[in-house]
Amino acid sequence: MAQLVVETTDLTKKYGSFTAVNRLNLKIEQGEVFGFLGANGAGKTTTMLMLLGLTEPTAGTVRVCGMDPARQPLEVKRLVGYVPERVGFYEDLTARQNLRFTAELNRIRRAEAEDKIVSLLGSVGLSEVMDHPVATFSRGMKQRLGIADVWLKDPKLAFLDEPTTGIDPNGIDEMLKLISGMAKRGITIIFCSHVLPQVQKLCSRVGILSKGNLVADGPIDRLGRDAATAGRYRMEAEVDDLKPAVVEAVRRVAGIEEVETSGNTLVATARSDMRGQVSRAIIDSGALLLGMKIEEFNLEKIYKRYSKEA
Amino acid sequence: MYAVFRKEIADHLTSKRFIILFALVFLSAVFAIYIAIQTIRSVVDPTSEFIFLKLFTTSGSNLPSFLFFLSLFIPIVGIALGFDAVNNERNSGNLSRLMSQPIYRDSVINGKFLAGLAVLAIMIVGVVLMVAGLGLRIVGVPPTGEEVVRLLGFVAISVLYGGFWLALAVLFSVIFSRTATSMLASLAVWIVFFFFLSVIAGAIANAVVPIDANSTIDAFTRNATIEGALSRISPCTLYGEATLGLLTPELGTMNSAMLIVSAYSGRMSNPLPLEQSLVIVWPQIVSLIALSAICFAISYIRFMREEIRSI
Repeated sequence: MAQLVVETTDLTKKYGSFTAVNRLNLKIEQGEVFGFLGANGAGKTTTMLMLLGLTEPTAGTVRVCGMDPARQPLEVKRLVGYVPERVGFYEDLTARQNLRFTAELNRIRRAEAEDKIVSLLGSVGLSEVMDHPVATFSRGMKQRLGIADVWLKDPKLAFLDEPTTGIDPNGIDEMLKLISGMAKRGITIIFCSHVLPQVQKLCSRVGILSKGNLVADGPIDRLGRDAATAGRYRMEAEVDDLKPAVVEAVRRVAGIEEVETSGNTLVATARSDMRGQVSRAIIDSGALLLGMKIEEFNLEKIYKRYSKEA
Repeated sequence: MYAVFRKEIADHLTSKRFIILFALVFLSAVFAIYIAIQTIRSVVDPTSEFIFLKLFTTSGSNLPSFLFFLSLFIPIVGIALGFDAVNNERNSGNLSRLMSQPIYRDSVINGKFLAGLAVLAIMIVGVVLMVAGLGLRIVGVPPTGEEVVRLLGFVAISVLYGGFWLALAVLFSVIFSRTATSMLASLAVWIVFFFFLSVIAGAIANAVVPIDANSTIDAFTRNATIEGALSRISPCTLYGEATLGLLTPELGTMNSAMLIVSAYSGRMSNPLPLEQSLVIVWPQIVSLIALSAICFAISYIRFMREEIRSI
């Protein structure tokens, strides 16, 4: 089993009588890209702040890379990077000077930092403006600088809070590429966003938070099957000529529970992925199989379903 | 903390704000020294002691002294260096990013405060050195050893005084989320202390012990004692008394009642030795330290307990 980067047990945070986070149990493994979803005020940022040791939990425990962020704040912060929503920099300093300051705070040696800063600013596409003051930067540029800022300290874990808000579509693509680039280097990522297609593209696993409660946690396809078809697989096959005999042949395959048709498309439902068996049945019955796919789950549906449930 | 401290100093020294303030203080210092030299040449007995210190305390017939200018500008500089220290960073979304770096939370506020103090010290030392240099050239009287020590004490008290205003401004920058509010609040406190408190203290003293031309010396001294005690709430008064005591060795007491008595009796005291001057101004110095420490402590505690939110 991979090393656990984040582990919380019954993590709770109350502000007065308001419970921001309620008995959260979360495990995130090394190298995962974890999508953290939830409405505004559902407790995502509070959870992140507790994981960073910037706010103390009311009850429960947090372990980040095996350490308690409240007890060992500096060690944890050395391993964890945080790009807050609406990240800000020193406006009068240039991009390069801002990163230099971050390097200094992280005690990265000057000579080493200089090369790293230049190459990082290159990889986030800010080479040409690295000596311009940040005040002249657009939102998207600041967000990318935020990524470089976190990357600079080579974190084990990076929290990205809404990194794509207010960026144009091309900028979003670049941002998502950057994030998956970070993930490929082995950096565990917790990605908070309201833009579900982006989360779906990027994340191997999601957790949905609603009013402080973790209402769903798992890989997107599993959550989707649970939500849409009570855990069943729906396989769609396109056939050149859908005769009743073909439908009958598929229906007779052991394990197939239901078959529906519309035009020349046949949809079979089963408890497991049976595309192989279904395609053989279609071909054996004399029809031509033109295409086949397994139903993909739309994160939006999953999200709506779970947040309604809570 | 050192990284924060160094960055803040660099920020201050290169900011337009600092350049404007420095120009302002510099020009008023040149103006004050010019007046002082004119006055010293025509009025002061050249054989008297402590000519060099008179450069700082002599005022024209109706033009203020260097000391007055400094007591006017130090609060402004202190406030300007501190009023947006924390809330500006919070508003720009910088604070939560800074907090996620591997530094202790108090090193942020300590670094900022110390950097402000260092910049204040640079400014005050610079201006005092300039005045001393100009005075040396024009008057041609070198300072004695005692005068140098008294001047050093004066610089230290001035930095301390600036430290109070810096601490107050930092406190407001922690409490208020908008920079305009924190600046106005600091300026309001300054205006009350600088302009109104002496008027209020006088009014209260007159209400408690009414005096007129026929009153006894006893009534006058009681009136003055009450007024003095009330106006010493203000760091401006404390600073004025402390620096005057240090730079005017002839001043035998800070007690305004005693001053009245000596004025009545027409007795002029001889210059005090340095230790005695220090003894006289010691309560003022301690009060200034206490006031600055209280302001800084409150902002420190507020800042340490604050929730760091990006919004």
